[in-house]
Amino acid sequence: MTVTREDIIDFIYEEVRMLDEGRFSEWLELWLPEGIYWMPLDYKQTDPTLTSLLYEDDFMRKLRVERLNGERTFSQKPKSRCSHVIQRPFVDKFDADAGEFETNTSMHYVETRLDEQFLLALTATHELKLVGGKLRIANKRVELLNSDAAFGNIQLLP
Amino acid sequence: MGKYADNPAAVAALVEEHQVHRDTYIDKEIFDLEMKHLFRNTWVYVGHDSQTPKKGDYITTQIGDQPVIMVRHSDGEIYVLFNRCPHKGTKIAIDRSGNTGKFFRCPYHAWSFKTNGCLLAIPLKKGYADTGFDDSEAKQGMAPVGAVKNYRGFVFARVAKEGISFEDYFGDAMSSVDNMVDRAPEQRLEVAGPPLRYYHKCNWKMLVDNQTDTCHPMVAHESSAGTAVRLFDEANWPEDKPKPMAMEIIAPFMSPYEFFEEMGIRTWPNGHGHTGVHHSIHSDYSQTSEYWNALVEAHGEEKAKAVLDENRHNTVYFPNIMIKGPVQQLRNFIPLGPNETLVESHVFRLVGAPDYLLERTSMYNRLINAPTSIVGHDDLEMYERAQEGLHADGMEWINIQRLYPGEENFDEVAVENGTTERQMRNQMHAWKKFITLSMEQAAPEAAE
Ligand code: FES
Ligand SMILES: [Fe+2]
Repeated sequence: MTVTREDIIDFIYEEVRMLDEGRFSEWLELWLPEGIYWMPLDYKQTDPTLTSLLYEDDFMRKLRVERLNGERTFSQKPKSRCSHVIQRPFVDKFDADAGEFETNTSMHYVETRLDEQFLLALTATHELKLVGGKLRIANKRVELLNSDAAFGNIQLLP
Repeated sequence: MGKYADNPAAVAALVEEHQVHRDTYIDKEIFDLEMKHLFRNTWVYVGHDSQTPKKGDYITTQIGDQPVIMVRHSDGEIYVLFNRCPHKGTKIAIDRSGNTGKFFRCPYHAWSFKTNGCLLAIPLKKGYADTGFDDSEAKQGMAPVGAVKNYRGFVFARVAKEGISFEDYFGDAMSSVDNMVDRAPEQRLEVAGPPLRYYHKCNWKMLVDNQTDTCHPMVAHESSAGTAVRLFDEANWPEDKPKPMAMEIIAPFMSPYEFFEEMGIRTWPNGHGHTGVHHSIHSDYSQTSEYWNALVEAHGEEKAKAVLDENRHNTVYFPNIMIKGPVQQLRNFIPLGPNETLVESHVFRLVGAPDYLLERTSMYNRLINAPTSIVGHDDLEMYERAQEGLHADGMEWINIQRLYPGEENFDEVAVENGTTERQMRNQMHAWKKFITLSMEQAAPEAAE
């Protein structure tokens, strides 16, 4: 398969749609097993040894998704819902020969449960790789505009 | 006059030996009295001195509802000043941390102050000639809090000018801080990075209570820790592949009741106490020889072993912090209102120890205490349901009777079954003592 810029951009749109529709197990399949989902705590944080909001591998992502579907997950009774509104991604790296791509996407993420709703503004950076003819997430970094603010529960996946 | 102000007897009546009235958790007037008395009469954690290493370094925070600045003065000492200009009240410092150089300068009319608060200069000073300014309160500069103590890097303050000494307030309870610091080969800790800030719509005491509530993990955390244990079992993890560090942290939350019963709880006078006297959920963390050797070098073998054998789980320093020695962590439960608490979770680097220890500490913080943490979600859901549920009129009391033996002496140190609610009773006993300490009884009506 030859990947076009259009394919890269569609991939990012499809990912957020999956999350918004609660298709989390499908979302897990997008990932390469060694990929890290990183949400820094400090604005422009570079050192992951320090505390982050998220720094999760395959095992933790799976745990997160399993829990969302769990019988005794009281904080998800009733369930949360989310919505991503995204800007057209910038394709910052397009190396078709190596099958490596990088995007930078601004988003507004809304999460709601019961009578509460909150908004996060963020920039997501995706490293994508073409493996077995399919685009996969090699790493994803989500930088919240107000990463240093005090939040209540953020339960789904920005 | 309200229901509780000027009425220490009514406040004291909210705490019985085995139960606590719900107003202590939901009533606005009680909250205001906590700010006015409890948080002034007790020793409250302000910050760690590694946050202000150089002269002029400061952090801004609050003690109860009082905005304060913790600052390193030119003599190397740490001062805690009210964050208020003596002129018209403007907050002097707004950044969460910074360096102010040799003096603070108010951004409104440029009065300036030494870093110990003393008034340094006023523009157009002559405008105050012959006004009696020298006798004014403003002339004193920025007001310091009543008393400050830097204990091995941990800075505590008492707002009240007069009151219980640091030593009398904490006594042996500081042994948990000692253990945490002694885990550093150089016997020094450093705050590592900014704290996680987690906003809770519940009373601050719910969080404090939960630190020694050992009957909730296996229930409330089944969704996170229970799922983790199940996933790991199903994964058929290869023997030679290192177990995920996350499992080492999360799995012990699912330990059975016996584990928590046997781990023990120790209580100290004035509301302090800790879980994990015998063992704890931190006991089985892996250790490397590199770290062990560094510790032996620092302490000698016998003390090094004693330091690591101590695996206290949560130590509560009444009123509002918890520390975890084995993971070098401090959680500050900052009260914002009767139904609002800001939780700041800090981690420390053990100076002289290998990096993996900080990695584990940061991972613990993120897995358990982040607003994005699934374990944190479990707890917050329960606090918020409790905060709402307490408004139900069917009953007015919160039960803290588990393993209540009848009449307890909280002036004595005690070690008991790890599932006792004695520490919660101990806290409320101290609550009653320090909130009523400076309350004045309204004069009874003269007319008969
Ligand atoms: S209010 Fe600070 S100088 Fe006037
Ligand atoms: Fe918990």
